[in-house]
Amino acid sequence: MSGGHSQYVPVNGFMKWMDDRLPLPRLVYDSFIAYPVPRNLNNWYTFGAILSIFMVLQIITGIVLAMHFVASTDIAFNSIESIMRDVNYGWLLRRLHANGGSFFFLAVYIHIFRGMYYGSYKAPREILWILGVFIFIIMMATAFMGYVLPWGQMSYWAATVITGLFSAIPIVGEPIQQLLLGGFAVGEPTLNRFFSLHYLLPFMLVGLVILHVWALHVVGQTNPTGVEVKDMKKETVPFTPYATMKDAFALSLFFVLFAYFVFYLPDYLGHPDNYIQADPLKTPAHIVPEWYFLPFYAILRAFDFNIGIPFTDIVLIDSKLAGVIAMFGSLIVLLFLPWLDFGKTRSGDYRPLFRQFFWIFVIVCIGLGYLGSRPAEGGYITAAQILTAAYFGHFLIILPWLSRFEKPKQVPPSIADAILAKNKAA
Amino acid sequence: MSTAKTDTLPDPSKRDFLYITTATVGTVGAASFVWPLVDQMNPDASTLALASIEVDVSSIEPGQAITVKWRGKPVFIRNRTDKEVEEARKVSLSELKDDEARNKNIAEGGATDRNRSAGEGKENWIVMIGSCTHLGCIPVGLAGEYGGWFCPCHGSHYDTAGRIRKGPAPENLAIPEYKFIDDTNIKIG
Amino acid sequence: MKLTTVFSRLIAAGFATMLSASMMTTSIRAEEDGSSPHYPINHPKPAHWSFSGPFGHWDLGQLQRGLKVYKEVCSSCHSLDLVPFRKLHDLGYSQAQVKAFAAEYEVTDGPNPEGEMFDRPAKPSDYFPGPYANAVEAASLNNGAAPPDFSLLAKARAPERGFPTFIFDVFTMYAENGPDYIYSLLTGYQDTPDGVEIGEDIYYNPYFIGGKALAMAPPLEDDLVDYDDGTAQTVDQYSQDVAAFMMWAAEPNLVERKSLGFKVMLFLIIFSILLYFTKKRVFTNLKD
Repeated sequence: MSGGHSQYVPVNGFMKWMDDRLPLPRLVYDSFIAYPVPRNLNNWYTFGAILSIFMVLQIITGIVLAMHFVASTDIAFNSIESIMRDVNYGWLLRRLHANGGSFFFLAVYIHIFRGMYYGSYKAPREILWILGVFIFIIMMATAFMGYVLPWGQMSYWAATVITGLFSAIPIVGEPIQQLLLGGFAVGEPTLNRFFSLHYLLPFMLVGLVILHVWALHVVGQTNPTGVEVKDMKKETVPFTPYATMKDAFALSLFFVLFAYFVFYLPDYLGHPDNYIQADPLKTPAHIVPEWYFLPFYAILRAFDFNIGIPFTDIVLIDSKLAGVIAMFGSLIVLLFLPWLDFGKTRSGDYRPLFRQFFWIFVIVCIGLGYLGSRPAEGGYITAAQILTAAYFGHFLIILPWLSRFEKPKQVPPSIADAILAKNKAA
Repeated sequence: MSTAKTDTLPDPSKRDFLYITTATVGTVGAASFVWPLVDQMNPDASTLALASIEVDVSSIEPGQAITVKWRGKPVFIRNRTDKEVEEARKVSLSELKDDEARNKNIAEGGATDRNRSAGEGKENWIVMIGSCTHLGCIPVGLAGEYGGWFCPCHGSHYDTAGRIRKGPAPENLAIPEYKFIDDTNIKIG
Repeated sequence: MKLTTVFSRLIAAGFATMLSASMMTTSIRAEEDGSSPHYPINHPKPAHWSFSGPFGHWDLGQLQRGLKVYKEVCSSCHSLDLVPFRKLHDLGYSQAQVKAFAAEYEVTDGPNPEGEMFDRPAKPSDYFPGPYANAVEAASLNNGAAPPDFSLLAKARAPERGFPTFIFDVFTMYAENGPDYIYSLLTGYQDTPDGVEIGEDIYYNPYFIGGKALAMAPPLEDDLVDYDDGTAQTVDQYSQDVAAFMMWAAEPNLVERKSLGFKVMLFLIIFSILLYFTKKRVFTNLKD
């Protein structure tokens, strides 16, 4: 997966023989040992490695849980409880998997914001970025289907609401919804296909991650300075041991936080209603998705008005469809980021105005998340509407405008110069 | 300003110690994470709770047998008639294909009828795992050339004490751990 | 440059207005009555629990008392579907005691050789039989409100903590919302305040999560259950004991979880420190 020429030298006759036939050791060596990384990476760059580890952990705990889970509407809820109560270490594995999902998303959000701040989407890394967005979308689909499996009240109503999104599509919406559900409402066929897909999608995720890493190793990592590596010798270090140790330390700290939640606050990120078995005849008073979906949920609910031609009764897009379009749009817009922000300067460190707006954007996302957790009424909806406008405004207005008019600071000519300047300051 | 210069470090032995400690601790951590992943495959608490069962045998008349399910397998419980016991006793060990008792409740011994039965005063009772020692089919009760069990899969004949007499099975039917907790109740397992 | 400054000020101002507007609507809504009231009216009262905090452990005496309260009072309406009798061994009872306890219950088994279902005394591997044949019967005998199963109730009833309390909860490791709620509800029955209207055959309780009043009549009274260990026979004590028992029923391995957690945390912190120094040493190679 390395772009440059390979430095791999087989250590003995067997490795030489192997290398001539299947150069797997060469691939590993070039990708994870000799692979040159910029010397000036900071700790925000460790989340890629953390994410890979979490993906593997989720797959391992997931496969193990699938040995005990029963995908049947009558038994699913109790089979989860039997995992929690009777299976050896079942409680631990299930807690690791459920909270692991949350921490997977926490890491992915940090990773995405880091990429946004340091302009990691800019040429020549557009494909790398787009693959990342697809990974994020597949992750969301996987997490959603996984959340349905315990067959609690929240599981059931989340499935109902999310599949209901498709019914917003004109004409074909309802047939599509029935196709997804395998019935007229969420039920046995839905649970079974969600289980099947929840098992399948992570492996698609692995495939995408391999492409993501491949694309990364072709173009090389960005760095806080935002200029490309010019002098391999002076400006890079080999992945092992430097990046490996840095990642390992960051991962270990992240595990401390993860373990704190798994062992001491395992239900903190969940919803109490999911400890009640699904009841198709009774909706909980207040449905909220898991925390990592809240900003998107707030965007979905922000549209309580039809969009039509002013001063007439003609409705072009009804409120339901508008919300659905906006919610999916909030993800789709990420795909176009490399072309919406076309300024030459890459790193946010040298773009003072961009930096301000970046932090405003972060706050907007957190604000949307908070509003997503509130009931959809009164001032909350107005606030969500303003923040939704701010979300899209950031991508569609501010970034193109900044690209054209902002005056960035002087960027150091090379990474070596940046390091030198930093050492001098210290 | 060049890359790694490992040979210029002040104290290589101390460095080695740190590296080795970190690597060891990391390995121990990874290994202890593997244990829950393996242990989850062992029988769970609800399965273990059924590892021993109690059976009321008061309603089994002489000459009758029942089959109960224990640990997912059939267990034959037969109340033999005096005539059956007498006939089984007459068989000498040399006539048997397998002369081991195969009884979990006695240390060791030959496959005498006494050793195969529930013991002193309960010689009429026979309790066995109903799984043919050939390839695991379930023999049919009160059948076969010896009046005991007959395995329809490959034609093994067992006598009333569950001893293999004819056919491909190599061993007598296995006797699980059990005991009479009172006159009418057997605890298996 | 000037334009950009103005623009960013505008955005910031708009954002601040929005935040304050949303906060104002929140506070107005809290004062308003009727539009969309939020329950419970009162936050649960925090009680002291032996199982809280990083070194939490069960008070076995309390769990045994809670079991007694459940058995003598609650179990006439509330099932405990997910708890097998064998688990009572964890409450400090011997295997023989568990067996005797189970035998007091009758469970349906079968079919017998005649093809009929029959009742027999329960065994330790059986689960607590419920008071009703099914959920429909439970509802019809209780004015349409089926009494909920107790197995997970201590985790399923956790009123929202609100901002900013939910942030502090991360640091205080507060996870006893469920038992606090149960304790508060059981001790929280009050006379209906003047001006508050509630339906017939329901009982005012400001701690109830689903409204002003609930269908369950106050179930406990002083000296209703006999304690043989000298503990006070008060509604307050009964409520705490049964809430602790319900927490145990909802999460029997809570203590095991916390004690394993301590070991894991300790390990990870030590490992992180080692990694920190290893990393530092690796990077000294880079210094000039």
